[in-house]
Amino acid sequence: MGTHAAAHHDAHHEEHHDTGRMTTLGFWIYLMTDCILFASFFATYAVLFMNTAGGVSGKDIFDLNLIAGGTAALLLSSITFGFAMISAYKNNKGGTLLWLFVTFLFGLAFIGIELYEFNHLIHAGNGPSSSAFLTAFFSLVGLHGLHVTAGLLWIIVLFIDIAKRGLKDRTVTRLSCLSLFWHFLDVIWICVFSFVYLMGAM
Amino acid sequence: MNLLGKLSWDAIPYDPIVLGTLAVVAVGGAALFVFMTLAKKWGWLWREWLTSVDHKRLGIMYIILAFVMLIRGFADAIMMRTQLAVATNGSEGYLPPEHYDQIFTAHGVIMIIFMAMPFMIGLMNIILPLQIGARDVAFPFLNNLSFWLAVSGALLVNISLGLGEFAMTGWVAYPPLSGLEFSPGVGVDYYIWALQISGIGTTLTGVNFLVTVLKMRAPGMKLMDMPIFTWTCTWANVLIVASFPILTAALAMLTLDRYLDFHFFTNDAGGNSMMYINLFWAWGHPEVYILVLPAFGIFSEIVSTFTGKRLFGYKSMVYASGAISILGFIVWLHHFFTMGASANVNAFFGIMTMIIAIPTGVKLFNWLFTMYKGRVRLEVPMLWTLGFMVIFTIGGMTGVLLAVPGANYVLHNSLFLIAHFHNTIIGGAVFGYLAGFAFWFPKAMGFHLDPKYGKISFWCWTIGFLLAFMPLYVLGFLGMTRRLNQTDNPDWNIWLYIAAVGAFVIAIGIAAQFIQLFLGFKNKDKNLDKTGDPWNGHTLEWSLASPPQFYNFAKLPQVEDIDAFTDMKEKGTAYQRHESYAPIHMPSNTNAGPIMGLLATAMGFALVWHIWWLAGASFIGLIVAFICRAYASNTDYYVQPDEVARIENEHLDNVAKG
Repeated sequence: MGTHAAAHHDAHHEEHHDTGRMTTLGFWIYLMTDCILFASFFATYAVLFMNTAGGVSGKDIFDLNLIAGGTAALLLSSITFGFAMISAYKNNKGGTLLWLFVTFLFGLAFIGIELYEFNHLIHAGNGPSSSAFLTAFFSLVGLHGLHVTAGLLWIIVLFIDIAKRGLKDRTVTRLSCLSLFWHFLDVIWICVFSFVYLMGAM
Repeated sequence: MNLLGKLSWDAIPYDPIVLGTLAVVAVGGAALFVFMTLAKKWGWLWREWLTSVDHKRLGIMYIILAFVMLIRGFADAIMMRTQLAVATNGSEGYLPPEHYDQIFTAHGVIMIIFMAMPFMIGLMNIILPLQIGARDVAFPFLNNLSFWLAVSGALLVNISLGLGEFAMTGWVAYPPLSGLEFSPGVGVDYYIWALQISGIGTTLTGVNFLVTVLKMRAPGMKLMDMPIFTWTCTWANVLIVASFPILTAALAMLTLDRYLDFHFFTNDAGGNSMMYINLFWAWGHPEVYILVLPAFGIFSEIVSTFTGKRLFGYKSMVYASGAISILGFIVWLHHFFTMGASANVNAFFGIMTMIIAIPTGVKLFNWLFTMYKGRVRLEVPMLWTLGFMVIFTIGGMTGVLLAVPGANYVLHNSLFLIAHFHNTIIGGAVFGYLAGFAFWFPKAMGFHLDPKYGKISFWCWTIGFLLAFMPLYVLGFLGMTRRLNQTDNPDWNIWLYIAAVGAFVIAIGIAAQFIQLFLGFKNKDKNLDKTGDPWNGHTLEWSLASPPQFYNFAKLPQVEDIDAFTDMKEKGTAYQRHESYAPIHMPSNTNAGPIMGLLATAMGFALVWHIWWLAGASFIGLIVAFICRAYASNTDYYVQPDEVARIENEHLDNVAKG
């Protein structure tokens, strides 16, 4: 809410809403809607994953070593985001920026591995148009990938914000929303990894 | 590479009805443009309304959108009824099948998504923050953005009239019919993007209002002190955030099937079209409760106000609404009992559906007991409420009948079903919104509607409804299926004629709505609501001026009762003058909302016509606009105490004068 922090430390606390906490609650509720979006794609995957139309199934195409690498990158990025948040709460600008940068690199590595996997599958003739299984697979994993990409963009925006203006209240609120988002995507990924990759490779 | 994608001159449909409509819209639009320009009102419109983040103004704009789309949707309805009245005994009528199919699809989409939803959200916008004693909603800019996304979807539906075609699939757009193989045109694409864009706006509205009621209630107002309309809206918002993402997902999958050759719902390569139908109704059934629960809240407010009593069974009303919300999520399969699920599955969904009648019955008895020994004032809002209680009960009973899987096998896809859901949606939701419109109009605008034409409208709607839809029950039993555009069965004719007459009676009812509005404006000075409390209301919105002060509450009220304002009036603490006021923190208007709405429209249009550069550019534009808005300065300002005191004293002087 704009010029807030500087201008309004006046004395009318009676009516002053805690906008930071409202934003966080609103973001929580948004995340729950996102969760239902993912749930719909998971349900669809559950219905369609056996419909391979005579083509490949998960067992044939999942490279668990590769995916384990991507998963490790994403899980580590959650830890490093945690470090960024700790630095932010300590009002340590340099630390926050450093850990955000590390998080960004891990996230980028994850997306890179995902793109490599997709590219590899498509070139092997197992693109999303080949069967309902591959359609559902590409969509569910790709939806998560799109979210991570949006998260990366958001990291860039906040990185510039913090570098230019430091850690104002509003920025820390936004950083904690991004933190929720990032950890949420981790949780979703754990489900994708378990239900799609691990169970699919069995 | 073609810069305009699939768009060419062939996209304009050379159909006399369509061209006539376009001509009328063009002439009307030109007249409006000239008027606005001559009156030099464009700047005012932009600064005061289109960019407004004031929930009351957004609410009014939502309701204007709803009325505009009501005209469009009703024009479709009356064309269908007249077509069916003339296309009997094997005659072809005047609407060829491909046109007729677009009409019934557009009618359904418009009435649900672009008439009922904006009307409901409009009333919620105006009233909910006032009822909980808040100055605004939690995220005012987001509220403005939600509105513009709804407008964006509505624009796309209307553009499809003049450029290309609309879907011919029915409002549910089931694949494989809606897939690329059987619907290769742009109609389904218009459908997808109109629903997708407006649906995201609706999701944001749900989030926004949930945070509003959880965080911004006046001091002392516990959850179980919230007015009943606020409660029913809250349940509707819970349903919105829980169900709209499912629609988003289903539409996204259909999009991938159509644009990128995916195989979610196709006949070949292992796709499963029933998955779409399940997802669609996992959203679609909660959606009807999203529409009707707030209407139940409106009726509750009206019954208790116009009988001068407290609402009977407030707590049971809250819990009944909650029960309906939860049950509403576990009945979706009753929309397709014939899918071939096992008898046990069908029995489960049938029983769950019937159980919904119980909390709904609780509500009906609560309203009856509220009226019992009350002094009922038969004002227009109360008439709608009484009409609702009769008509909705019939619709509820036919619903229980349809919930029996065995009966459903016979009746589904017949006009019996059409009669049933119009019975509940018109008799429940639409009557509720029109009741709320008459009830809160003086609050929102500061003067009354013309009551005589309000009553005429009510009677025409009620009689017209019965004439138009009761014959459809009969036709359903006689075996007439839905979505026919001509018939050849002499036994059906008389009922089709009666239904057409009914549609024209409803047309008079709609005309009377506009006349009451017109006369209200014309005789504005005679019908001013100076006290702000024209009906002797119970809740906090009536403690404010009409229209309310732009900051709503000069001092946040201390709430000690469900009927907070009645409580204040009884204790003599209403209308207090204060010695001094604190500055009030307000959000500034923003042009980010309309700009993003415009970009979303451009993106949707570009995606419909495969104009990829425009789609990409407007998508990037949307992201940039959002980031710019996030870092905008001057997003808020303060109202100074002397201005607050001046406005408050003016209101209190008016109250004192009576």
